[in-house]
Amino acid sequence: MSAEHGTGTVATALGTLAPGFRDFLVGAGIVVVAGTVLLVLSRRASPTHRRQAALVGRYLLLVVLAVIVLFPLYITVVDSLLQPDQVVAKPPILFPTHPQWSSYATAWTQGHLGRYLLNSFVVTGVIVVGELVTSIAAAYAFAFLRFPFRKTLFVVFLATMMVPVEVTFLTNLNTVVSLGWYNTYFGLTIPFLATGFGAFLVRQAFLGLPGDLRDAAELDGANHWQFLREVALPVARPAVAALGIFSFFSAFGQYLWPLIVTKDDRLRTVTIGLKFLANSQLNNFNVIFAGTVLAALPLFILLVVFEKQLVRGLTAGAVKG
Amino acid sequence: MSVTAPPEHLDAHGRAESPPERPPARARSRAARSPRRRRTLEVLLAYGLLLPSLLVFAVFVFYPLVRQIYLSFFLTPPFPGEPKHYAGLSQIQQVLTSHDFLNSLWVTVLFVLYTVPAGLVLGLLLAVLAHQQLRGIRFFRTVFSSTVATSVAVASVIFFTLLNPQIGLFSYWFGRTGQLSVLDDPRLALLAVSVVTVWQNLGLAFIVMSAGLQAVPDDLLEASRVDGAGPWTRLRHVILPMLSPTLFFAIVVGSILSLEAFGQIDILTSGGPLQHTNVLVYAIYDQVFNQNNQGRAAVMTVALFLITLVFTLIQIRLLERRVTYER
Repeated sequence: MSAEHGTGTVATALGTLAPGFRDFLVGAGIVVVAGTVLLVLSRRASPTHRRQAALVGRYLLLVVLAVIVLFPLYITVVDSLLQPDQVVAKPPILFPTHPQWSSYATAWTQGHLGRYLLNSFVVTGVIVVGELVTSIAAAYAFAFLRFPFRKTLFVVFLATMMVPVEVTFLTNLNTVVSLGWYNTYFGLTIPFLATGFGAFLVRQAFLGLPGDLRDAAELDGANHWQFLREVALPVARPAVAALGIFSFFSAFGQYLWPLIVTKDDRLRTVTIGLKFLANSQLNNFNVIFAGTVLAALPLFILLVVFEKQLVRGLTAGAVKG
Repeated sequence: MSVTAPPEHLDAHGRAESPPERPPARARSRAARSPRRRRTLEVLLAYGLLLPSLLVFAVFVFYPLVRQIYLSFFLTPPFPGEPKHYAGLSQIQQVLTSHDFLNSLWVTVLFVLYTVPAGLVLGLLLAVLAHQQLRGIRFFRTVFSSTVATSVAVASVIFFTLLNPQIGLFSYWFGRTGQLSVLDDPRLALLAVSVVTVWQNLGLAFIVMSAGLQAVPDDLLEASRVDGAGPWTRLRHVILPMLSPTLFFAIVVGSILSLEAFGQIDILTSGGPLQHTNVLVYAIYDQVFNQNNQGRAAVMTVALFLITLVFTLIQIRLLERRVTYER
């Protein structure tokens, strides 16, 4: 609607930048240009010089981009450790020389972050376990059992991915209210206990088994439960792990549904609680930032520990219906 | 190495459907059931395994979808309990041509255009830079994927605070302290929300692009290098063509994410200023919880469904091809 106006204003805004930030921008610009020039020039130089120059150029670019990507997270942590008047100091303080941890205590107790996090963990835990169980069960049926309407039902499962929460939330809110699940853990979890995506992902992994293995197991006297536990699940382990981590990330980060289905602090998840914290602590930026750190920490830890599984889940699905 | 779904006419085991062969006598000693009874049990087991999922889908996916379509034909009074009035197509027509809806549609399209291409290019840039065996590259990879761990609420609250017009750091840096907040400026609000969104999804874009790059065979790159292709030529003529399925996937997924955006709007702008960030999902939310008009909301929901349907259909097609597992 206003792209041209937008760029015009950005140009004017550049002239009014705070000096420190302008210096940073200029510095970053110089480094990026230098890095690019090194990368380009390196093609003409002698092999050893070329490799060194390319290396330096690449590192420069990597560092600058890493700083830009990380900065909002970095300043969040820094500001959470400052005193309220330091947070708003001009020029800004970019390193906490005397870290204050009291903001975390305030966010945890007064801001109810402890309760919010507990709720998030309960809700996320139930959703992840439920989704894994229903996905494995359904995937087992689709991959190893013969029954009428198998193809039709599989299409039904896939079709659920075409209906996002944003389309169903109105009616689901009515349903949850009439079931008496408004503002309860039931309301927060039950709509997400099964997904077509999960069943699909696990089925694909099960299909990786040689076709006659199930028959062979049956001949050996193994029942379905034994076959699932000893043969099928070990094979599907990477897929199940990817689904579990992926499902954890989606459930923990949910926003729209927990916003409308909860009404008080006892049940609010951390994403919603954070919004309320930000609106209630307008004068205590350090507390808002501390709350943000607390809200973000669980997923960061998971990211570092389970990066491989998460990547697998994200590259498979990335969006869950 | 990897196994894909078997062709349609084959069953799960990759064989043509055929009546199950009778197992040898040795195996039957365990349970002297007739094959017919075994078949029945298998069918019962299958339905039993599918039942929990089907229940959830019926109640929380398909019923609401049907009800939204149904409701879009009715004028719903603001108070529950009062009778609905059948309005036929008139409400649908009225909503679809209303200024508010068209504005939301336009804002949503703009939002997709601001976020998807930018995310794609930045993700690709980071992935290409990090796609090399360098000392410490693992650190950079983790940094570039890091925003995948920031939920939409976390990202939005960070930027909401940093953009605070009185004391926010970014307001200060951009020389706007004490002025109109970027988020209240009709010309900048949507751009600001888009920047936050691109940043929040950058980790995802990087991860998807990196995975795509890893699938480009190294010897192909080596061969092109030996042939004297520079970095640009390699990117343009070797990497990008090999990467096109990944790029396509990223566009589809990114578009779905942006079409369904809600949290960042709710936290950063609440649809304002002057509806300039009132994307479709937020407009629906607003119709229900502020305007108390379920009927109008239903029409917009069905519209949203039909728009995302185009993308999700493609996404499911792509999934069939993408999800293969190394063994």
